[in-house]
Amino acid sequence: MVDVVRSGSADAGSANAARAAAAPAAARTSGPLAGRARRRYWVVLGALIALALVFGVGLLAWDNPMPIGSAGFWTIAEMRATSVTVMAVVAVCQAFATVSFQTVTSNRIITPSIMGFEALYVAVQTTSVYMLGIAGVVALQGVPQFVLQVALMVGFALLLYGWLLSGRYGNLQVMLLIGIVIGGGLGSVSAFMQRLLSPSEFDVLSARLFGNVSNADADYLPIAIPLVVVAAALLWLRSRRMDVLALGRDASTSLGLHHRGEVMRVLLLVSVLMAVSTALVGPMVFLGFLVATLAYQAADTHDHRYILPVAALLGFVVLSGAYFIMRHVFYAEGVVSIIIELIGGSVFLFVILRKGRL
Amino acid sequence: MITLRGVRKDYGNEVSIGPVDLEIPRGGITALVGPNGAGKSTLLTMMGRLLSLDAGSIEIAGHDVTRTPSKRLATVVSILRQENHFVTRLTIRQLVALGRFPHSPGRLTPEDERDVSDAIDFVDLRELEHRYLDELSGGQRQRAYVAMVLAQDTEYVLLDEPLNNLDMRHSVQMMQHLRRAAEELGRTIVIVLHDINFAGHYADRICAVKDGQVVEFGTPDEVLTDEVLSRVFDTPVQMVDGPSGRLAVYY
Repeated sequence: MVDVVRSGSADAGSANAARAAAAPAAARTSGPLAGRARRRYWVVLGALIALALVFGVGLLAWDNPMPIGSAGFWTIAEMRATSVTVMAVVAVCQAFATVSFQTVTSNRIITPSIMGFEALYVAVQTTSVYMLGIAGVVALQGVPQFVLQVALMVGFALLLYGWLLSGRYGNLQVMLLIGIVIGGGLGSVSAFMQRLLSPSEFDVLSARLFGNVSNADADYLPIAIPLVVVAAALLWLRSRRMDVLALGRDASTSLGLHHRGEVMRVLLLVSVLMAVSTALVGPMVFLGFLVATLAYQAADTHDHRYILPVAALLGFVVLSGAYFIMRHVFYAEGVVSIIIELIGGSVFLFVILRKGRL
Repeated sequence: MITLRGVRKDYGNEVSIGPVDLEIPRGGITALVGPNGAGKSTLLTMMGRLLSLDAGSIEIAGHDVTRTPSKRLATVVSILRQENHFVTRLTIRQLVALGRFPHSPGRLTPEDERDVSDAIDFVDLRELEHRYLDELSGGQRQRAYVAMVLAQDTEYVLLDEPLNNLDMRHSVQMMQHLRRAAEELGRTIVIVLHDINFAGHYADRICAVKDGQVVEFGTPDEVLTDEVLSRVFDTPVQMVDGPSGRLAVYY
C-alpha cells in the first residue's frame, strides 16, 4: 500500500515521470476481477456448481422407491431426468436473456418479459381454450404447436424491435413503453375471455398459466436444446461487445460499435431464449430478474463472460432447489413459480437491503 | 483536419443549426464557445457521428463521418459526452481498458495494458485505479472517462463540456491534462467550454458559435475582444489585463 502511494505521488508531475513510473509496474492488469474479487468469484462459482449437482442428483435419486442401482431405479431416474433437463434449459434461457436484455436497455430493474412474451403466451393459451374448450389445451400440445408458438413469439418481438428501433423513433425507451402497453392490452383481452369460460375450463387453463416444469413435454427438448445452446453461445461470444454496450449509446458508438445493430442482434437472441422458455414451461416472470440481480451481487464484476455463467448456474440452483422443496417438503409439486416468487423474493429483498445497491 | 461543409441540423420547424462551414486544423486545442442553445454541442456530437446530419458533410482526417464504418472511425476520433451512464461494478482500470476496444476487441495485449496504465497515470488516477466508479467523486469519474478516451489513442479527441461539475482546482487540472495531451501526445482536441477565460488561457483556437452559426474563428487574441464577446453573448463583456494574460469581466 505504501509503495503504491509513493509511486503514485511521484508521477503526479510530468508525463515522462508517469511513463517511467509505469514501466516497472508490468503487473498492473485490467482483468475483469479486481484483486480479492478474483478468489471470491471462483469460490462462488464452485459453490454454485456443487449446489447445482446436489439438487440435480437429489431430484433424480431422492425418494426413489427402487433400490439404488437396480433397473427400476434407473427407469425412474430417467423419467425425472426430463424435468431436470427442462430446468437447466429454462435457467440458461432466463439468465442469459435477462442479463443481456438489462445490458442493452441500460436498465437493471426490468426483464425481457416486459416485451410481451408472457402476455402473448397467455393470450394464445386463453384463446385456444376459449375457442375449443378443454380440448384447446390439448390442441396446443405437440411439437408443431410448440414450434409455432416459439415462432409466433420471436416474430412478434422482431416486429416490435424492428419497427421501433429502425424507424424515426429509434428509441429504446419508446420501444419498452409500447411493449408494456401491448402486453397490457393482450393481458386484458385474455382476462376478458377468461371471464367467459366455464369454471372447469378456467381451472384447466389456469394450470397452464403458472410457470411449471411439468408443462414441458420431452418431445420438445430436441428442438429447444439446440436453439438455446446456439443462442446462448452467440450471446456469450458477444460478451465483450456487451461490456461496451453497457456504457450506453454514445460511449459505445465512440468505441466503434454500431449501437443500433448490436442492440438488435442481442434482442433477437434474447427473444429466441425467452420464446423457448415461455413456450416450454409458461411464464416465469420473476426468475430472470431474481437471477440476474443475484448474479451481479455474487460475481461482483461487470464482465459478461463471468456474469452469464454465474447467472445460469444460479437460475438452475433456484429452480431445482424450489422444485426439490415443493416436491419433498410441501408435497405440492406443480406451481414452482409461486415458491420462486416467495422465497426468491425474500432472498432478493434481503440481499438488496443489506448491500444497498443493485 | 476536421472539415465541415454546409452542415445543417434541424430541430422541428423553427430551430435549426447551420449551415456551418468550418475547418479545424490539426494539433492543439480548439474551444467551442457561445451562449446556451447556440449549437456547440450539436456541432460536436455531429463531428463525433453521435447525431446524424440533415445536410452537408463532415470529414475528419479524410474520413467522411457518415460513411466511414464506425469501427474504422473509432481509431481516428473519440468523443466524450457530458452525461455518462455509468456501470456500477466497473473499476477505473476496467473502464479505461474498454477504451482499447477498437484496437483489441478480444483479449488485451501487454501493449494495451501499458497504454491503459499510461492513460491512468496521465490523469493522476493511479492510486485509485482499482476503485469502483460508484465510489468516486464527480471530478474523479470525469477524469476516468477522459483517461478512457485517451487510452483509445485517437488523433482527434472531442470533449463536450468536460469541466461541468468540476470545482476550480479540478477544472484547472483537467485543462492542464488536456494541454499536455495536445502537446506531448500530439492529439487534436476539440472541446466545448463555458468559461471564456479557460478558453482564452488554454486553447490555441477559439470558435464562437451563435444561433447555429459560426460567427468567429481565430486565435484567442483575435476572438477575445470586448466587441466580439459582447456581440456573441449579448451581454456587455470587458477584457482586462490580468496577471497571466487577458481576462474577460462580465459580471
